[in-house]
Amino acid sequence: MDEPVRPRTACPSRDGLVIAAIVAAFACLPPVANAIDQPFLIRVGQRVVIFALAASALNLTLGFGGMISLMHAAFFGLGAYVVAILSFHEVNGDSLGTGPLALVGTSHLALSLPLAVAAGAAVSALLGAAALRTTGVYFIMITLAFNQMLFYYFVAQQTYGGEDGLQIPGALDLAGLDPARRTPYFYVCLAIFAVALVGLQRVVGSRFGMVLRGAKQNERRVITVGVPAFRYKLAAFAISGALTALAGGLMAGAEQFVSPAEMSWSRSGELVVMCVLGGLDTVWGPALGAAAFLILEFGLSNYTTHWQLPFGLIVIAVAAFSREDVAAWARRAGWRA
Amino acid sequence: MSPSLLVEQTLNGVQLGAMLFLMAAGLTLVFGIMNLINLAHGSLYMLGAYFAAAATNATGNFWLGVALALAATALVGAALERLLLRRFYARSHLHQVLVTFGLILVFNEMTRLIAGPAPLKFALPDVLTGSVNIMPGVPYPVFRLVILGVGLLVAAMLYLVIQHTRLGMWIRAGASDRPMAAAMGVDVELIFVAVFSAGAALAGLAGLMAGPVLAVQVGMGEPVLILALVVTVIGGVGSMKGAFVAAMAIGLIDTFGRVLLPPALGAMIIFIAMAAILLWRPQGLFPVHG
Repeated sequence: MDEPVRPRTACPSRDGLVIAAIVAAFACLPPVANAIDQPFLIRVGQRVVIFALAASALNLTLGFGGMISLMHAAFFGLGAYVVAILSFHEVNGDSLGTGPLALVGTSHLALSLPLAVAAGAAVSALLGAAALRTTGVYFIMITLAFNQMLFYYFVAQQTYGGEDGLQIPGALDLAGLDPARRTPYFYVCLAIFAVALVGLQRVVGSRFGMVLRGAKQNERRVITVGVPAFRYKLAAFAISGALTALAGGLMAGAEQFVSPAEMSWSRSGELVVMCVLGGLDTVWGPALGAAAFLILEFGLSNYTTHWQLPFGLIVIAVAAFSREDVAAWARRAGWRA
Repeated sequence: MSPSLLVEQTLNGVQLGAMLFLMAAGLTLVFGIMNLINLAHGSLYMLGAYFAAAATNATGNFWLGVALALAATALVGAALERLLLRRFYARSHLHQVLVTFGLILVFNEMTRLIAGPAPLKFALPDVLTGSVNIMPGVPYPVFRLVILGVGLLVAAMLYLVIQHTRLGMWIRAGASDRPMAAAMGVDVELIFVAVFSAGAALAGLAGLMAGPVLAVQVGMGEPVLILALVVTVIGGVGSMKGAFVAAMAIGLIDTFGRVLLPPALGAMIIFIAMAAILLWRPQGLFPVHG
């Protein structure tokens, strides 16, 4: 039944070329947008790059690990809130927390982005350790519930705006660059995205990635040959959560605003849709899926405020007609619920 | 906590538990028998409320409105099962998540398109308004007691149907071993439609009872869906007994958590309880598939 797990990098140069092509295509956007005098397109492109990073991060667990997580929007929102809250405290001149663990606020993204990544890694490792005790439909439902847990946590934070969200009060700063200057910040995000994608490609092709893909196909067999599959899956979940939080932090910089709405569970569903649209079995597919998703959203919402109706129908059609070989592994992974 | 507050909050908790059970019953049966994870179950809850509001306002009769709404929600459920979701029983959970996620978008947007973005209101008959004293000097709304009573009544009826009728025997057989039940001559296709439309009607019932208390608006089903999923997971997916026990537990924990704990912790307490229970028993309290 199970096909042997081969090294993914049977043709490493091809995947590398596709990644380079995607990054190059994104890089052309600002000059083109300025040339046709539509500078708002840079803002759309900014969203595409950031969500491409989040979807690629999700796909490490979804596509390569076979873990259907519906809580990645929570990691995204967590990263955004870390950046926003640190800036909020710098402007207020007070510190976050008390005692020896108190943190002084900062508006420097060079400090707050790594902290967002660390928070994403810590929270995803903690919640992942609980969720990964289960498989199949239980895992889906638990990740969904955890997503809402973090959502309600931030809704309850009245200091940081509660349900209304938090406008970042100070001017953020990334090593001398103001993120409000769209074009340079776009290129910074693009560079981070490119590095992350190359890193993910290496992770997937490594022995770690082979264990992960092996566990997706047949976890019991991986355990039987003496590999602790749980640890590998948890590590992948934490890497994925950390990168998603990084995307969220970059988004906070771009928008100067965070809100619990960004981490609602439907956003988690949208990230899954992006991955499926682009294809689950390559590192670069979800980036294309994110681009397709956001361009579709942008295009449809220009025609009608009820764009979610045709969009929902498209999602249903994708579910009905997408390739069955993707289904085969998930059924195997889920059947043991 | 004073005795009157204790009684009042206990009633609130059991009432929430009864609502959650109505939602979770359909979810857990649909998963137990058809192996389908239905995220659009909350949409049926929303539709029940909208149908009831529309039918009550059109006919001027609350009871007729309720009956029509239940029938309409069951019909939508049956149509959904026959036309779309039956194709997904054998598909992966990922595809089930996708298709039911798409359905949520479609249902929400169609409702907004047809009924408008503003929340609907519908009036209760005089019998159901007002309040009674549950203890000397402690009034409690009649309608909330009705919700509680209906929920417990439906739970008792479901128990009788599932444990003591032939249909219920088939449903139990289908839940524990579907291929074997089919091989023994159970009409599985019929069971599928019956279970799905009954689950839809129960979700609709929960929705139309929540309508007058909360607001009838687009997206009202999603928070309840999440709670019902938590209930289903804690109870053990596929187990009715588990759904009932977990629904009552979550109803009480959530209600008392919000009263006794600081806001952030109170909002998260049921999820923490869920995580704790799953660390102890990863398959839920009453696992069905050994």
